[in-house]
Amino acid sequence: MKKFSLIAWVIAAAILLAAPPFLKNYGIYLLSYWMVFIIATMGLNLTVGYAGQKSLGHAAFFGIGAYVVALMMKAGFSFWLGLPAAALICFVVGIILGFPALRVQTIYLAFATLGFNTAIWLVMRNEEWLTGGTYGINNIARPSFFGYSLEGNLAYYYLVLAATVVMGLLLLGLLRSPWGKAFTALRDNPIRAESLGINTRSYTLLSFAIGAAYAGIAGGLLASLVQFIEPAPFAVGSSIMMYLMVVVGGPGYFLGPVLGAAVGVILPEWLRFAQAWYLFVFGSAVVLLMIWLPDGLLSIPDRIRAKRLAREASAARAASAMGAKA
Amino acid sequence: MQKRNTLKLIAAAVVMACAGSAFAQATVKIANIVELSGAGATSGTNFKNGVELAVKEINAAGGILGKKIETTTADTQSNPGVAKGLTQKAVDEDVFAIFGPVYSGSIMVSMAESRRAEIPNFTGGEAAAITQQGNPYIFRTAFGQAQSFPKIGRYISDVAKIRNLAVLYVNNDFGKGGLDNIKKALANTGTKIVSEISTDSGQVDFSAAVLKAKQSGADALFSYSNEEESARILRELKKQGWNKPVIGETTLTGQKVIELAGDAANGAVGHVGLTVDAPNPEILKFKAKFYQEYKYIPDHNGLKGFSGVYVLKAAIEKVGKFDRKAVAQALHGLVISAKKNPGVLMDVAIDQNGDLDRESYLVEVKNGKQEVTTILPPVNPGLFAAAAPAPAAKPAAKK
Amino acid sequence: MTDFLQLLFSGLATGAIYGLAALGFTLLWQASGTINFAQGEFVMLPAFMMLAFMSFGAPLVASFVLSVGLAVLVLGWMFKRGIVDPLFKHGMMPIVVATIGLSIAMRSLIRAGYSAEASPFPSMFSDQLYNIAGVTITLADIGTFVLALALVFATQAFMTKTVTGRAMQAVAQNTESASVLGINVPRMIFYAFAINAVLAVAAALLVTPTYLAKFDMGESLGNKAFFAAIIGGFNNSRGALLGGLIVGVCENLAAAYISPAYKDAVALVIFMVVILFKPQGLLGKKEERKV
Repeated sequence: MKKFSLIAWVIAAAILLAAPPFLKNYGIYLLSYWMVFIIATMGLNLTVGYAGQKSLGHAAFFGIGAYVVALMMKAGFSFWLGLPAAALICFVVGIILGFPALRVQTIYLAFATLGFNTAIWLVMRNEEWLTGGTYGINNIARPSFFGYSLEGNLAYYYLVLAATVVMGLLLLGLLRSPWGKAFTALRDNPIRAESLGINTRSYTLLSFAIGAAYAGIAGGLLASLVQFIEPAPFAVGSSIMMYLMVVVGGPGYFLGPVLGAAVGVILPEWLRFAQAWYLFVFGSAVVLLMIWLPDGLLSIPDRIRAKRLAREASAARAASAMGAKA
Repeated sequence: MQKRNTLKLIAAAVVMACAGSAFAQATVKIANIVELSGAGATSGTNFKNGVELAVKEINAAGGILGKKIETTTADTQSNPGVAKGLTQKAVDEDVFAIFGPVYSGSIMVSMAESRRAEIPNFTGGEAAAITQQGNPYIFRTAFGQAQSFPKIGRYISDVAKIRNLAVLYVNNDFGKGGLDNIKKALANTGTKIVSEISTDSGQVDFSAAVLKAKQSGADALFSYSNEEESARILRELKKQGWNKPVIGETTLTGQKVIELAGDAANGAVGHVGLTVDAPNPEILKFKAKFYQEYKYIPDHNGLKGFSGVYVLKAAIEKVGKFDRKAVAQALHGLVISAKKNPGVLMDVAIDQNGDLDRESYLVEVKNGKQEVTTILPPVNPGLFAAAAPAPAAKPAAKK
Repeated sequence: MTDFLQLLFSGLATGAIYGLAALGFTLLWQASGTINFAQGEFVMLPAFMMLAFMSFGAPLVASFVLSVGLAVLVLGWMFKRGIVDPLFKHGMMPIVVATIGLSIAMRSLIRAGYSAEASPFPSMFSDQLYNIAGVTITLADIGTFVLALALVFATQAFMTKTVTGRAMQAVAQNTESASVLGINVPRMIFYAFAINAVLAVAAALLVTPTYLAKFDMGESLGNKAFFAAIIGGFNNSRGALLGGLIVGVCENLAAAYISPAYKDAVALVIFMVVILFKPQGLLGKKEERKV
């Protein structure tokens, strides 16, 4: 099993590294777009999948990150200053959003985050002096790396790929650490976790903050990728889509966002000819998924394994019962 | 040894180039990048249908310079970011020209891509800023606000003699451009703008906006929003008993708006660059053809798309070959006569910025239909006279 | 002053519609713990059902009645049996996610299957104006308000005065005891879904003439319904109406006196304040959480 997954990783890495030079502009753009969404949904996966919080406002952080980087670059600051600034600002705002989470539960929290998202979107749309309002911010430049320009689509793709890998490894490290265990404890049984001495307050706030920071970084990368930002992609509809991406991929599964973002970003592009019907299929698929696979697509292997184990166990029981009789 | 290898290389390159051109397409590709959903669905769908009708007609008559036209259509979802991506895709597919998006906000963003790739990009957008970016590859299919607003301004101040005007506009590129241009057009006239009412794209509830108009004490309302919103505005005006003139530009009196607003649209007055009810035989023929093909009456966006394709055709035929750069250059300063190119529907002149000049109409909605009340001449009638064939004999040129 | 009253009245009419949608939402929550994220689309679909019936020549009233029947079947019975029942045991979030998926599916179905553009919808009220002491009120506003109010109170009366209604309340408060007492729990829950469907069709009839029938007309309506339901009190029917009216009126006032651009923020702000200080809503009762 281990060997198989190692080979799979190597193949995936090879494809991601070597294939793009053979793709045309649009294909590279699409892959970069997918990577950006992977980073954003990784953050949401932490908040929702691992820590069990109900966050329907993730796109707000995505947007804050994008606008911070765009505005800073327009003001003359470097992209490399803008990105950490975006992450930091989103981290802080994430903590602030976490506070209501301490006071309200589940569905009320979902609505509160939804409200937060709408509020941020309204500010983005109306405060033209700051954000350019509905006109958005156009002609955002791409950064250069130690003098090497990342203007080209291919070069920028490698940057986004690198960022995705780094953020992924960081998240993996976090989840493997005791902190990660605390998050899952928070999700599965918050009262018991508290009684065991885990500071649920801090972990709740932290799950929001880290998730937000991830979205902020993704947003910053998005700004230079599309080179144009406006409020529309950061509204509640996008938050809901991102939430669905996490759910479809499998909340609490590390690679869930990869699959979810593919379903949410790449498939609709590939199936563009059937655009409107695609969304219908997607929506219906979500409904069916909830009925049959509430733990997301990545839970399929686990389910097969669980079924197999259950069958083996009952076979073993039957065998021992027979043996006892004999 | 070196020389021989170099020669071989050159020979190989030449052969490949020849082979490449031998594989030259028997079709010329056009990308149709339009709003098929979202706030702009009406505009985009009509534009696309107009383009496709023109393409069908041209192909049936043998194509352009013997090549048939092949169109691909994509939905921008009224989203500028998506429009930009789709334009990139069209660039990848090496299309000859791009038609769309219609929405000003979208074309402002996507045209950077077509400009970079040096592909002629025709748009239905009307915001003035579109042709002020110094982009040599952008071409309008309808008046820009800078051309149309002076005309409606003149109507408001000189003909209708409105003293106080309330302006209701939609908060996007299109609407804000309109607000700026109506202010400019009425700057030194007897009409004062007493209220500027901002509304949103996709807004459903206009009760507060209409109330503001009533409160402002204006003698008339200038309403400048997109199609669906205009219909809702007209209904709300009727609902609240607004009995003063409602004046608009292009969108307010469009077919779809009339359909959606019903009786509420009657009495609305507007300046339109294009209308299917114009007393122009070519346009009436187009209206019949469109209805036969699509079973509904098109709005001005259908006219934009249709005439735009014929403008492209005229330019390609003038240049004589499929050279994007040359065609773009030829388009600037081109005057196309409707007699020789009936597809353009009206004589049209394209200036150095990609703006159009042609005649236009003042319409009033009566009994659910647009009725043309006045025909307004082009801004530079001289251009059209100059395009007419010169007299046979000419004295020797002075040096 | 007259302006204020004018805004107040048109706000009451809009708010009454929000109230209808919010009421259905609250009923579903009370009866079966279902958070229906597709509530807006539940109003959108009947609008198109009515359009479809009318395109076959049926007059508005007949289309309304037929749509009520169809809606009870699709939005009531099929929704319950197909989605809510299987997911009931998994808790609240799977239902929420499923209804989110459902809302996307319904929207796309209309968009792809019918049209992405708006369609006109006839109003059941003629364009009459009444001028009372300088305030212009339209017949449509009065009619909408009165009808919506009537429906809410009818529902309220049904729930409190009839045996079935009381049985439904019993199921909502304590399902186990209710079934022990011999109440047919699944049927009571179905009735809640059916009532929601009826209210949704009524809301569609009242709101579509203004909104215009379009595949995305349900989005903003659904959002407002959620906020209105929570503001008024998630576990109280009258609260839903109150929440709706408050949102409708405040929105109109804010649009006129503060800023039209931040109109949508009004419902939000009230919602945030209510959640943080009185999470059970203005008329709601505190819910205990079992440990």
